[in-house]
Amino acid sequence: MSRSPGQVALALAIALFLGVFLIVPVATVVYVAFTEKGGGGLTLVNFLDFGRTDLFVRSFWNSVYVSGMTVVWASALALPLAYLTTRFEFRGAMLVQTLGFLPLIMPPFVGAVAMQLLFGRNGSVNLLLDEWFDFKIGFMEGLNGVIFLQAIHYFPFILVNLSAALRNIDRSMEEAAQNLGSHGLRLFRRIALPLALPGYIAGSSLVFVKVFDDVATPLLLNVKEMLAPQAYLRITSIGIDDPMGYVISVVLILVAVATMWATALVMKGKDYATTQRGGGGLARRQLKPREQVLAYAVVILILTLVLAPHVGLVLLSFATVWSFSPLPDGYTLAHYMRVLGDSSVYIKNTLLYSGLAAAIDVVIGGTIAYLVLRTRLPGRQWLDWAASTALAVPGVVLGIGYLRAFYGVSLPDGTPLATLWIVIVLAIAIRRLPYALRAAYAALQQISVSLEEAAENLGATKARTVRRVVVPLMTGGLLAGFVTSFATAAVELSAVLILVQSNSDAPLAYGLYVLMQTPAGRGAGAALGVIAVLIVAICMGLSQLAVDRSQRARGLDI
Amino acid sequence: MFRRSALALGSALGLVLASGAGFAQTGKVTVVTSFSKDVTDPIKKAFEKAVPGAMLEVQNRNTNAGVKFVEETKGNNQVDLFWASAPDAFEVLKGKKLLSPYKPKATGIAEKVGSYPVNDKDGFYSGFAASGYGIMWNERYVKANKLPTPKEWQDLAQAPYFDHVSISAPSRSGTTHLTIETILQGEGWDKGWRTTKDIAGNLRTVTDRSFGVPEAVNSGQVGYGIVIDFFAFSSQGAGFPVKFVYPSVTTLVPANVGVVANAPNKAGAEAFIEFLLSPTGQEVLLEPTIRRLPVRPETYAKAPADYPNPFKDKNLQGLLTFNAELSEKRTAAVDTLFDQLITFQLEPLKAVTKVLHEVDAALKKKDNAQARALAKEARDLIAAMPITEAQAASPEIKAAFTGGKEKSARQAELEQQWAAFAKEKYAAAKAKADEALKLAR
Repeated sequence: MSRSPGQVALALAIALFLGVFLIVPVATVVYVAFTEKGGGGLTLVNFLDFGRTDLFVRSFWNSVYVSGMTVVWASALALPLAYLTTRFEFRGAMLVQTLGFLPLIMPPFVGAVAMQLLFGRNGSVNLLLDEWFDFKIGFMEGLNGVIFLQAIHYFPFILVNLSAALRNIDRSMEEAAQNLGSHGLRLFRRIALPLALPGYIAGSSLVFVKVFDDVATPLLLNVKEMLAPQAYLRITSIGIDDPMGYVISVVLILVAVATMWATALVMKGKDYATTQRGGGGLARRQLKPREQVLAYAVVILILTLVLAPHVGLVLLSFATVWSFSPLPDGYTLAHYMRVLGDSSVYIKNTLLYSGLAAAIDVVIGGTIAYLVLRTRLPGRQWLDWAASTALAVPGVVLGIGYLRAFYGVSLPDGTPLATLWIVIVLAIAIRRLPYALRAAYAALQQISVSLEEAAENLGATKARTVRRVVVPLMTGGLLAGFVTSFATAAVELSAVLILVQSNSDAPLAYGLYVLMQTPAGRGAGAALGVIAVLIVAICMGLSQLAVDRSQRARGLDI
Repeated sequence: MFRRSALALGSALGLVLASGAGFAQTGKVTVVTSFSKDVTDPIKKAFEKAVPGAMLEVQNRNTNAGVKFVEETKGNNQVDLFWASAPDAFEVLKGKKLLSPYKPKATGIAEKVGSYPVNDKDGFYSGFAASGYGIMWNERYVKANKLPTPKEWQDLAQAPYFDHVSISAPSRSGTTHLTIETILQGEGWDKGWRTTKDIAGNLRTVTDRSFGVPEAVNSGQVGYGIVIDFFAFSSQGAGFPVKFVYPSVTTLVPANVGVVANAPNKAGAEAFIEFLLSPTGQEVLLEPTIRRLPVRPETYAKAPADYPNPFKDKNLQGLLTFNAELSEKRTAAVDTLFDQLITFQLEPLKAVTKVLHEVDAALKKKDNAQARALAKEARDLIAAMPITEAQAASPEIKAAFTGGKEKSARQAELEQQWAAFAKEKYAAAKAKADEALKLAR
């Protein structure tokens, strides 16, 4: 724990970055919440109105309920996958990890259509149920429908962060427990889970806030009585300049900050650090044959459920017409032919934007985590909270804020700063920063500070300690953060839609949006969606491979 | 990693600056549009062929994002044209002084299509095509559920349609707004709202995107959708098993184009408008993926046989003269009333509608005067409105939405009042309906 000029400079640089690219643009939009319409003066009357409007209060509690229940169900999906694939000798662990991540990459609009075609009122499942057994299940009805889809969609946040944390636990911990007679669930409950708690908390707090602030899924199910959709509908309706949309945005931001603050409180005073890292050189635990069958059954069941939307997406991309029937009428390659020409520029832009954005996120997120956990700079928590508010800022608000803040700034040749594609990258980076930040935070919490003290005692400078000790030990967590940011950045749309200036600067999500506004574009949109998912999956598979390699290499080193 | 990303940033910036040289090409016309690629691509191609040296740069945004974009970037405007369907979006732009007036030179353009004037009376935007509202349905869905085929709006209020109909919210879709407004003007404020609520009681969903309705009908998630004609026609073109009908009272609304204030390429913008209105430009509208109704009557001679013709077809003449001024005065009030009385009260409204359908069925078998009276009372309770027609267009209510000085209450207060009103009336109606059902059985 220390406070050096270098750290102060670093903190100021990050504060400046967050100020310019997050706080100022958002503030230019959100200040409306504190003014009365038509009048200029500052007021809190809009917040009183919020509390007095039944619709908003009802929406608030609906959002709380949905977010909470989603965390529960997402945990149920993520825990078995994470535990089985990291702590046991499990063939196909890497495949499971990669596949288990895919649900997070659901391309906008077309993903929704695919889900409706499978799970909707007249989706494949319900049409078959109706034909065979004469009943239907309302998978996608009301609040419970939202919970169902959100749990499938966001459980990878828990999976990734929990897996990273579990990998960091030294096997000797479990072995010690086993020697003392513990096994099975008790071993998991008393040893593995507590040691991996930072990762679990990081993942589930992300899920909570993300679901609280998500607009797309509730609107896909036509559930409007939740807080984030209320804000979105009000902000994007033309002609109605209504402060209430921004009031709700402020409430969303407050909830996000409160959640992060509460999780910090939960973790306070607990020490999750171990001096031993990962591998430990000993073999992973073996499953008994009977356990093995059970384990595979559970994993396959979960994967079938969470990957169903992607199966639907693939079917849709090959379908001629798919309407009110369990399967498409026929199959064709025409949709892929149609998008092949356009998609190369979209793919290039997507990889460039998401890659840059994720790199920025990891650097900034890692630095913030270090500053918060390892220094005593006053106000360092604020960096964390400020960055976390990005989770709650609706994409449209950020997009409009960027136009407001940067469109007036001209480059030497007269084009506005906001027309450069790098602005899109920055917007995406800001929106995905919390993912990388939480991952880095959890990774650092698991590292004992004594390792750094040892390095410094041996004469290493602070910078050298960070480079040679902290960063290598955090690699797993940082990579988890990179992957999460990268993958979700690849399908980001709401801010992009406002900021894209020309087709040649557009990422995949935008191309998809353009296609999905026409009946004839549905199949082509699905094809583009499949391409997006494939690209992200390949990139993820590669980084997963890298993590495994480095873990194994280090395992041998120790 | 930091060094590498910094490097990438640097080289990226270099790239952008280098490509900036080709930016100020003559003849580049930038247009912000809500029209899909299916519509813009053929028109872009034809325009660039007709006007040599011109290059149409299309920025696809939905209408709302487009309006916000033009508004936020006005200080350093790079957009020449705004090109979209919803006339109200143009009204908003005009109101914020973001359009510059232009009177097209093209001759032979109709003054009115259906009952709606083609051009803005102040010359800030021009209609180039028309579309009509109607009912689209999924044939497989209708067949599987043994449902009837509709002809008129009122059909959708009948019992068999319960829970099978979809519409987009008028606050989210300019064209739906015009449809509701047409019903209100055609039938009068009270009767019009009664009709609207009768249909609304049968709704499955109120979507937040116009395209959400055809999307749901195409995939068979709902049976019927209240949509603009080209959504249905282009769905048929894509092979979906859907049908479409214009009810006898429909609205034809123009799709518009307008020059943005301080356009960097004003001449190019005007050339594009002239092209859209030229015989060649109008003919492009007939293509199967576009399927809009031209505003140049002579173009219909080249249309396929079954193409609707608003200048000849009897059912497309429109029975009333659309009062745009009245509509403009109460736009926000009508949208908000729909949201507060219908969209956000859909469950209670549907609950009582369902019971009333059951009462009707029971009464058909065995009449009961008392039950019939109770059902009528329930229907009157549903139809009740929190404000009168005069109030809806009054400066006090308008000011609540625009923030003017005359306002008597804030928008949020009005919304809460109207929501509470609807909740109370629907609950009372439900009680009456339940009682009626007990008597009728």
